[in-house]
Amino acid sequence: MNVRGELKKSFQISAWFMFLTFPILVIRVNTVENVIEWRWYNMAIVGVSTFLGSALWRYLLSVKEKSQRINAASPGNMTSFQKAFSDKRFFYPALFILIGFVISFPFLFSMYQANIMITALIYVMLGLGLNIVVGLAGLLDLGYVAFYAVGAYSYGLLNFHFGLGFWTTLPIAAILAALAGILLGYPVLRLRGDYLAIVTLGFGEIIRLVLENWGEFSHGPSGIANIPRPSLLGIDMTLTQNTIFTYFVMIGLVLFTIFVVNRLQNSRIGRAWIALREDEIACQAMGIDRTRTKLTAFALGATWAGMGGVVFAAKTTFINPASFTIWESVIILCIVVLGGMGSILGVISGALVLTLLPEYLRAFSEYRMLIFGIMLVSMMVFRPEGIIRNVRRTYTFSKE
Amino acid sequence: MLELKNVQTFYGNIQVLKDVNIDIREGEIITLIGANGAGKSTTLLSVSGIVPPRSGDIIFDGKSVTGKAPHDIVAMGISQVPEGRRIFPYLTVMENLDMGAFLRKDKRAVKKDMGHIFDLFPILAQRRHQAGGTLSGGEQQMLAISRALMARPRLLLLDEPSLGLAPIVTRRIFDIIKKVNLEDNTTIFLVEQNANFALKVAHRGYVMENGRIVLSDTGLNLLANENVKKAYLGG
Repeated sequence: MNVRGELKKSFQISAWFMFLTFPILVIRVNTVENVIEWRWYNMAIVGVSTFLGSALWRYLLSVKEKSQRINAASPGNMTSFQKAFSDKRFFYPALFILIGFVISFPFLFSMYQANIMITALIYVMLGLGLNIVVGLAGLLDLGYVAFYAVGAYSYGLLNFHFGLGFWTTLPIAAILAALAGILLGYPVLRLRGDYLAIVTLGFGEIIRLVLENWGEFSHGPSGIANIPRPSLLGIDMTLTQNTIFTYFVMIGLVLFTIFVVNRLQNSRIGRAWIALREDEIACQAMGIDRTRTKLTAFALGATWAGMGGVVFAAKTTFINPASFTIWESVIILCIVVLGGMGSILGVISGALVLTLLPEYLRAFSEYRMLIFGIMLVSMMVFRPEGIIRNVRRTYTFSKE
Repeated sequence: MLELKNVQTFYGNIQVLKDVNIDIREGEIITLIGANGAGKSTTLLSVSGIVPPRSGDIIFDGKSVTGKAPHDIVAMGISQVPEGRRIFPYLTVMENLDMGAFLRKDKRAVKKDMGHIFDLFPILAQRRHQAGGTLSGGEQQMLAISRALMARPRLLLLDEPSLGLAPIVTRRIFDIIKKVNLEDNTTIFLVEQNANFALKVAHRGYVMENGRIVLSDTGLNLLANENVKKAYLGG
């Protein structure tokens, strides 16, 4: 590493910043006493902090480049995390502790914590669903929240009109969301990348606007209230008990999601999604039905959002269109990209980080979003492959 | 076995194929040669249904395939090795091969065929767990051919297998094409720029210019033909 050159560059940057901020941070005209204040200490602060910031940034970049070179040299491209994970001596105790922690969580911590965790788990499910569409099939979907809304409103409306319960609605909402996925998928079959992103963005907004303005159907902006919480064989539960129950329902659903997504990923259809992402013409020449493969990706991705929506509606007992803005889609996409596209473990950790962090950063009040933003930017610069890189299990068999 | 009758194919408003007539009999190696942009690849894409013809008819085994979806055509027994190999870079060699057998449900036979492929191309057996993108050009071409063979086609469409390969590798590829034709009795429709190689392995050849078939004869006669020599063999 060329230390002197890097330091020189950092120095230049800090000089430039001092120059730029000079008029606003250094000079202050006091119009009452008609004097000019020179606040040189501000310049010093700007200079030193930008110099240190830039030096740190450059140092981290060079560390990253070095580690990349090492990675490229050694073919066993597993991260230390994955190595530890595949080591059985380490894996089983870790798994045991994890299971213990997950089970005891709602009893150890407050209701507030359990509620945050339920939200985080809903996002895990959403992330895993979107991961099918974005991570595996490579279809950039910015309107994923629409399916979440479909799920939530399915429960809200079916319960309001027909009195259907949580457990009946869960599969119905999943099917309805899958149908919505196919409905969206059909017109966008030919689109990829940025074009697809714009169309799906529009679709997400259409669903939200319909919910907002079609009062007779969806009760408009005032939303639907008094949605029942998840029930267990008709037993009356207190609020605390119910929160704990919802927590375990969500754990179960997440495990189910992980199981199915994992199976899908390692199946022929999962590999067909990856193949379709890489080369459509070759896929057609192989006899892969492009239409069907893409539509299954949309439908299977949307299914989880539908179920997540039901749990969300049951947890908050109140839904209105304001919960389903584009911001939600962006967060879910961030979960997938930040966690590591295509990687189940990555998406789970991405969801936990992105939903828990803003909650626990509340102590920093107004700096909360700033810290969050800095985290996102530096993650993408220093670990573009995500928190946990995807190491796919590959298809093998022994030759007979 | 395969018959193209007055096939006309367009890209938007631009007509690429003009009244193309080609006849392929079972067990033959047929080659289609011509300059860049003559419409050779489009002919193959028309047969496989990826760029369907606007008029004319394509008949395979007495059944019309015109207007059928590409995956239905593959299911009928026509498999294509697309131009520029187009293997899946992030899937392993084995997974690439498995994608070739996408429409087949007989898992055991698929495994057996994969073994057969590995006998045919020992280098692929060595690299079976490697990602497709890490193979060399020649290995990728072998993989592309193998992938198409995994569908157990009765007709194999090969688009420029010599593209970007060293002459010695090209020779090996052509040896394998002959072997596949002889041993598996697979009919082969080969599109090539490298007329010299192609005409030597082919039973019959067609010459294409500006979207029309201008000449057809046996491979050896075409090799000796003065006009072909001047235009495509550099003589």
